[in-house]
Amino acid sequence: MDNEIRSQDTICVNESKLEHKWYHNGKYLAVGILFGIVFVKAEVISWFRIQEMFRLQSFHMYGVIGSAIITGMLSVWLIKKYRIKTIYGEPITFTRKKFSKGQVIGGLIFGLGWGLTGACPGPLFAQIGTGAVVVSVVILSAIAGTWVYGRFREKLPH
Amino acid sequence: MNIIELIKQPWPWYIAGPLIGLTVPALLILGNKHFGISANLRHACATCFPANIPFFQYDYKKEIWNLFFIVGIFFGGFLTTTFLANPLPVKIHPALAQELATYGITDFSNMVPRQLFNWENLLSLRGILMLAGGGFLVGFGSRYAGGCTSGHAIMGLSDLQWPSLVATCCFMAGGFIMANLFLPFLLG
Repeated sequence: MDNEIRSQDTICVNESKLEHKWYHNGKYLAVGILFGIVFVKAEVISWFRIQEMFRLQSFHMYGVIGSAIITGMLSVWLIKKYRIKTIYGEPITFTRKKFSKGQVIGGLIFGLGWGLTGACPGPLFAQIGTGAVVVSVVILSAIAGTWVYGRFREKLPH
Repeated sequence: MNIIELIKQPWPWYIAGPLIGLTVPALLILGNKHFGISANLRHACATCFPANIPFFQYDYKKEIWNLFFIVGIFFGGFLTTTFLANPLPVKIHPALAQELATYGITDFSNMVPRQLFNWENLLSLRGILMLAGGGFLVGFGSRYAGGCTSGHAIMGLSDLQWPSLVATCCFMAGGFIMANLFLPFLLG
């Protein structure tokens, strides 16, 4: 039941039976730090780079996203082919994503916000890290947007 | 040129892209976690303001790894600016620089345009629409779509999920519409 609600409108749900101490999450912190460094050094979190992308003035962002997807695809293919397990020996699982109208309507709404703020959710956190503290207003508004979606979810076409 | 100076330069796409892509197997192998960031916004709602809304009634403690991940992203941004900052000004396309100059945006030294992203600007309609309005659209849209650029464009496409391709195309379409049709009107 819990997993059923958690899996609504989200792509990242998994159910591990293993119990870990909280500090095991440190490895995700480490991946996040590396990821954040790449974000800033490649200027992926730059409002200007995003504007260039949406004006077809630079290949940079297309190169970043495109090569990230190809790397991800190869990795997932290898993980499936060799049935690679997690470091705890658990199988790695994938869930099929169901189509809904939300991917079109919500996708367009997200895109409008992306073009405006020049950032998707990941870069927002890195931007604050670089000292743009005012971006916290964007994050709080994004949380408000998520809440309003949750509140009116049943009334929206899916 | 020594290695530190080289690292301080902006990284090309063919270095950054594969590194970002490697986040996908890293999270899978470390604990069967699926790369996605916007879900954190939902966990924030579930933790702080669940308000008996069914969509927010779940055990958010099971998703705590995701919080560690975004805290890491924050520190990554902080560490890079503190120790690995590019000493040169950011290069941007001359046509964009020219267009932005007509809106009074001339400071390209940061990741976000300082002349728009500042606290005083929040007192203007333009600033509220950009920061609060833009954030709202990002949060509402990503949850409605079931994920953001990380969950759909990178994780979803890596797993060859066609609904993620639909979402990614709509993300791009929305961005093109905003940047070319609405933004010039809003900034001008």
